[in-house]
Parts: sequence; structure tokens; C-alpha cells
Amino acid sequence: MSEGKAGCTVPAAEVEGAGASAAPIEEVKKEVVRMGVTVGMKAPDFTAPAFYKGGFTTVKLSQFAGKWVALCFYPGDFTFV
Amino acid sequence: MSAVADRYAEFQALGTEVISMSVDSQFVHKVWNDVELSKMIEAGGVPFHMGSDGGGAIGTAYGVYNAAMGVDVRGRFLIDPDGVIQAMEVLTPPVGRNVDETLRQIQAFQHVRKTGGGEVTPSGWTPGGKVLKPGPDLVGNVWREWSPKDVYGKK
Repeated sequence: MSEGKAGCTVPAAEVEGAGASAAPIEEVKKEVVRMGVTVGMKAPDFTAPAFYKGGFTTVKLSQFAGKWVALCFYPGDFTFV
Repeated sequence: MSAVADRYAEFQALGTEVISMSVDSQFVHKVWNDVELSKMIEAGGVPFHMGSDGGGAIGTAYGVYNAAMGVDVRGRFLIDPDGVIQAMEVLTPPVGRNVDETLRQIQAFQHVRKTGGGEVTPSGWTPGGKVLKPGPDLVGNVWREWSPKDVYGKK
């Protein structure tokens, strides 16, 4: 993906179709927000700022369509396990 | 994380891409890579994208964001070439994953996909191991075809 500049403006991570920030608060409250996924479901696409091979860029899940992907969440950098 | 990075070549050999994700910024990822991970990984650094999920929006979408702790807990998802989640494993922070098991599952899912579901892989299957062919004749007859002892030595 595009090479990002190492500035102070950090691009926010985005989840496809989750444009909740644009909706008025009252509307969001009424919505049933389903959190989480399960097997057999389409993986939610996302775009996230990333560090990759010494540079700053973004990573989008769907850029790897056609390949297997292991998506690994972990609690934090500099944690022990 | 470092274990997955160290064995990235094995993921690549299976045509599998890796993305790591935590709430840390990409800048913190860089420093962690440079000062610590690069010393633990044979290739000299993390070879895949280290994504930043500041705010936890992505973790929330996958059900692994813990708002009280403000972190994404240890969740691992295997996503097939069609973008469908085939496997997920979620652990609380103190226990790490087993990379061998992740690779084994990828191989098993790839085998099932290759055979169009005609062959399924019993517990503990590894490549070359006994597979089962689901069908009316197999109902009630799995015991004839497969035993836990085929895979797990009795202890």
C-alpha cells in the first residue's frame, strides 16, 4: 500500500462499512451493534496504519484476497509473551 | 509474535500472509522491532505488516477488543482465499499461542479446500495422515476407519 509519511498526523484505523462516526449519536444507540465474528463469516475488511520492512504504510486485509491470511492480535508491544 | 515472525518462511511456503495487530502505533511497532524483536528473529526483523489498531475499532469488529484494558486480546484468525474466517482462537494475555498448531490448521484447511470437502481431517491430523471421506457409509463406522491411537500415543 501507499508509503506513509512519518508525521504527527496519524491515520486512523478503519473498518469497512463501519461508518459509525458519521451517524448522529441517537441513531447509533438504536442500532444493534453486533460485535465479534465467528467461523464461516466473511472477515471484516479493514485498513490500518502499519510498520512494514522499515517504513510506514497501511495494510488492508483485502489486498491479500486470494491468499490465506493469519491475522494475529496481541495485547501490546513490549509485553512479555 | 516473535515466534510467528521467526517462522514466517513456513507461512509463506503455505501461501499464507501474516498480519499482526495491536493498539500500539506504528511508531512503537518500529521501536519494538528495532530494539527487541530483531534480536529474536532470524531474518533480522518482523517480515510482515505490523498493523496499528489505535482505538480498537478493528479488534472490536473481530470481538477481541477489551475496552476495560484498552487492548486487543490474543486472537488469531485464519482467513481463506475467499475472505472467509475458517478458524479462530482467542486467549487471555498471559498464555502464548502455538505456531505449530497454527501451521497444522492451515495445512488441514488447505487439504479440505483442495478436495472440495471430499476429505476431512480428523483430530491431530498432519499432512500424510489418515483422512476421512464423509458419506452415508461412514455414519457409525468411523471406529473402523480411525482411532485416536492413530494420532496420539497412549500415555
